[in-house]
Amino acid sequence: MTTPRAGTSNRATRILGAAALSTLAATVVLGLFVTKPDEVQGESVRLIYIHPGGAWTAYLAFGVTALASALYLWPRTRSRLWDLIAGASAELGVLFIALTLVLGSIWGRATWGVWWTWDARLTTTALLLALYLGYLALRRVPASVEVRSKRSAVAALIAAVDIPIVHMSVEWWRTLHQGRTVLRPHPQIHGLQLQTLLLGVVAMTLVYAWLLIHRFRVELLEEKLDDIGLEHAIAERRAEAGVRS
Amino acid sequence: MFRDAALVAGKDLRIELRSRVATNQVAPFAVLVLLLFAFALDPDRGVLNRATPGLFWVAVLFSSLLAVQRSFGLEAADGGRDTLRLSGLDAAGIFVGKATAVALQLLALQVVLGVGVVVLYDAHLTGPAQLVATCLLATIGLAAAGTVYGVVAAGLRVRETLLPLLVLPVVAPVLLAGTKAWEAALAGAPADGWPWLRLLAVFAVVYVTVGVAAFGLLLEET
Repeated sequence: MTTPRAGTSNRATRILGAAALSTLAATVVLGLFVTKPDEVQGESVRLIYIHPGGAWTAYLAFGVTALASALYLWPRTRSRLWDLIAGASAELGVLFIALTLVLGSIWGRATWGVWWTWDARLTTTALLLALYLGYLALRRVPASVEVRSKRSAVAALIAAVDIPIVHMSVEWWRTLHQGRTVLRPHPQIHGLQLQTLLLGVVAMTLVYAWLLIHRFRVELLEEKLDDIGLEHAIAERRAEAGVRS
Repeated sequence: MFRDAALVAGKDLRIELRSRVATNQVAPFAVLVLLLFAFALDPDRGVLNRATPGLFWVAVLFSSLLAVQRSFGLEAADGGRDTLRLSGLDAAGIFVGKATAVALQLLALQVVLGVGVVVLYDAHLTGPAQLVATCLLATIGLAAAGTVYGVVAAGLRVRETLLPLLVLPVVAPVLLAGTKAWEAALAGAPADGWPWLRLLAVFAVVYVTVGVAAFGLLLEET
């Protein structure tokens, strides 16, 4: 692994960053200016260009966390790097899922007239947010690197196992007895609208990949700093005591 | 494994019987939660009666946090955890034992809470077979998931605040399914409750499996 001298970027990530920002900019232009307001929903339909992208990216991020955690626990592929990737990806997943909830809430207020409804998807998403906030809280508990890595990896896998159970139970909860409380107005989406939505998904995924690489490198540097700091401290104490190393 | 489990469960239950923390603190707390619900919801309008299943299971969930914390609080003192590791007992056995002890305490607690909702909320416990089946399956799931996270959080300085954040989102399906199964039984429509019982069974199987598989790793490394 080559350590970049200044910052955490290299040529590849700069290209990735440029691609992420330009697709994001294109989504903004298409979503805010080029596409027309919806007949039923008016201007609030523009939120749909970024909302599904956020949700998709959050699930992708949690998938990466689960995969990296499994690779960490598997003895043949065990490496601290997997743990760092799992942590960085979970942070981004929480960021994107919070973004999805906020965007969805704003859209709900404009379309349904309420900030929140007990829709199956909303409830599942909120529970997922809580689940991964717990995971991140566990990661932040001070411990030795190896202890923290193993603990977090197991917790991430348990969280991943829980996702389908939570999903299934909440789906049933909202559908088994009362039927659908909220019928999502599904405007037949096509043409430029659909393309803008898909562009939004691509843009969010690129932003995720870009941030993931940088976050991962920052974590790596933080760990290195800890090691160097310890070495320095030991060297200083030795110098004080007049011991030659 | 089962012999080890019986030893560990026996030890935990003996401690509870002698220290009386469960009977003197956890059970009164659970009943207190029932009282607090009555203060929060208008007791005269039948709200409490209609909400009985949900309130019962929320009280069980809160109490299960206490039971799990207590279960690992026992090991935190006097290096009990290291002793457990050095004892040569099978890790899966320790998990099953600790989870069994927690489960038995929770079942006893549910009896108290059941009497509580009958007396305080005027609930009529119809369909007892389904109610009991729900309690059994939900308790296995709660105890297993609680024990897995209990050992993760045990010994940490932030355990009191971390454990609820870790456990409650994970056991949210148990609250949902337990409530719905109870509602179906109390409404005299047991057929509506079967899918929820199946969900509780799946949850229990998943977390018992996870616990048996991962407990050794967690006990050793944290």
